[in-house]
Amino acid sequence: MLVLLGIGVVVLGFVLRANPLLVVMAAALTTGLAAAWTPEAEFAIYLAAATDTLAAFGKAFNDSRYITLTWILLAAIGLLERAGLQERARITIATVKAATVGRLLWVYLIIRQGGAALGQTSLGGHAQMVRPLVAPMAEGAAEAKYGALPDRERFLIRSHAAAADNIGLFFGEDIFIAIASILLIKGFLETNGIIVEPLQLSVWAIPTAIAALGIHSFRLWMLDRALKRALPARSGVEATP
Amino acid sequence: MISLEHAYIVGGFFFAALALLSVLDRENAKRLRNGAFYALLALSFWAGHAIGDLGNGLLALGLVVIAVLGLGQGKPATTTQEERRASAERRGNLLFLPALIIPAVALAGTLIVQYTEWGPSLIASKDKTLVSLVLGVLIAIGVLMMWLRPPVLAPLQEGRRLMDSVGWAAILPQMLASLGAVFLAAGVGEQVGAIFTQYIPLDTRTVAVAAYCIGMALFTIIMGNAFAAFPVMTAAVGLPFVVLALGGDPARVCAIGMLAGFCGTLMTPMAANFNVVPANLLELPDRKAALNGVIRAQIPTAIPLLIANIVLMRLLAFPT
Repeated sequence: MLVLLGIGVVVLGFVLRANPLLVVMAAALTTGLAAAWTPEAEFAIYLAAATDTLAAFGKAFNDSRYITLTWILLAAIGLLERAGLQERARITIATVKAATVGRLLWVYLIIRQGGAALGQTSLGGHAQMVRPLVAPMAEGAAEAKYGALPDRERFLIRSHAAAADNIGLFFGEDIFIAIASILLIKGFLETNGIIVEPLQLSVWAIPTAIAALGIHSFRLWMLDRALKRALPARSGVEATP
Repeated sequence: MISLEHAYIVGGFFFAALALLSVLDRENAKRLRNGAFYALLALSFWAGHAIGDLGNGLLALGLVVIAVLGLGQGKPATTTQEERRASAERRGNLLFLPALIIPAVALAGTLIVQYTEWGPSLIASKDKTLVSLVLGVLIAIGVLMMWLRPPVLAPLQEGRRLMDSVGWAAILPQMLASLGAVFLAAGVGEQVGAIFTQYIPLDTRTVAVAAYCIGMALFTIIMGNAFAAFPVMTAAVGLPFVVLALGGDPARVCAIGMLAGFCGTLMTPMAANFNVVPANLLELPDRKAALNGVIRAQIPTAIPLLIANIVLMRLLAFPT
């Protein structure tokens, strides 16, 4: 049971907001030392356990270098950004004549999920897209329809803008073969003697991706209905037949 | 024949160039740390096979020490906001096309090795996807250099700009995979599995699948990260019960299991960069609460999706 201390270290580390790399290394060493623990063990035994654990960690680190290799993608993505890829994405989204909050976020969800499925996980994100673009546009769509928004609805719309980004990213990225989570699965199965191809894994991310799109599309439709119920239509809008 | 070893040499050059350019960047007050961080990664790619297990462990420890001391953000020369907007207007939606080269080449390479006679003599079949991906990146860079005609160092400098903004988080997935291996060797998965089997009868496919998926989500909520939960829960329940005892296909079980974990990510404040950072960025009044607005907006999607994952795994993961 003592080896479960390593999990405790991970949880404690995240709660204390320590640097996750440090947390991972501390959890590995804790697990190795806990496995060696006996009431009468001497210092030399712990020292040997620590170096053995570090060596085991090093072996696994070396065997899973391919996970970090995929960062060379950034050289190509950086070139595209330099040529205005994000600005282009903004221009394209802005041309969408979205009448409602739900529809606008739905279009963003599809762009985010589709982009992530093609490996373009940096096309989007809370700092790059949600705060400067998606949230203001969604608020704007609601204001055009209902006039000035009460705080409750304003923050609800903002929260949904962030949620669309997360859900699109999470349930799109695993369709791309070189994303870290796919490579982590491949590496894990390899250490257990099972060889799988990234493509086999990414294909089986598709059913969940479709389910996520379906469920969240329904949620966004419900959001539109909830906003319609909560907010009286702008008087000018109602006056026109 | 091109194998992963060759791809690692390319990776070594990339990180070595980043190290050199970082050290030369006088705008970055922490340029020596960035340089040392990337130099260690270059060493890992070039010489990882030669420095022994303990050597690699010390290398990883070195990366952790530099990361905890703190990395800086370099300021390579790049285009201005106005130049980018002008370029986006001028080049139109054609700009999206080169972004498709990388996945297209990766997919084409994988399929060629799998389905042609001559494919395996070009690319080592066990590494086909990763080697094809690296080729896709090199081809995309070549096309972009010819089309856009940026300065010669631009791909490396732009890569450095983005790598610096990712920072130490770049090696977190590799570190978590290594932690998973240490957990595996120490039998952490078996212990968690023992706790599970003590309370839940894992002898039918439906119960085992539900226990694995819900376990992935719960563990992710606790750990804040599906990557950290995956090796533990899969070694505890996924592999021994769903795959080995009950005949699940490992690729399908793991692919859907990871996504069940992602449902947990949607529901936890521990996943700070996805759920807390946006609440701060969007200035939500409840951003300090455990269940802030972003998480509350996500839970009604996360729970039905977790159920959908259980159903999908039960239906799809048992081909026989």
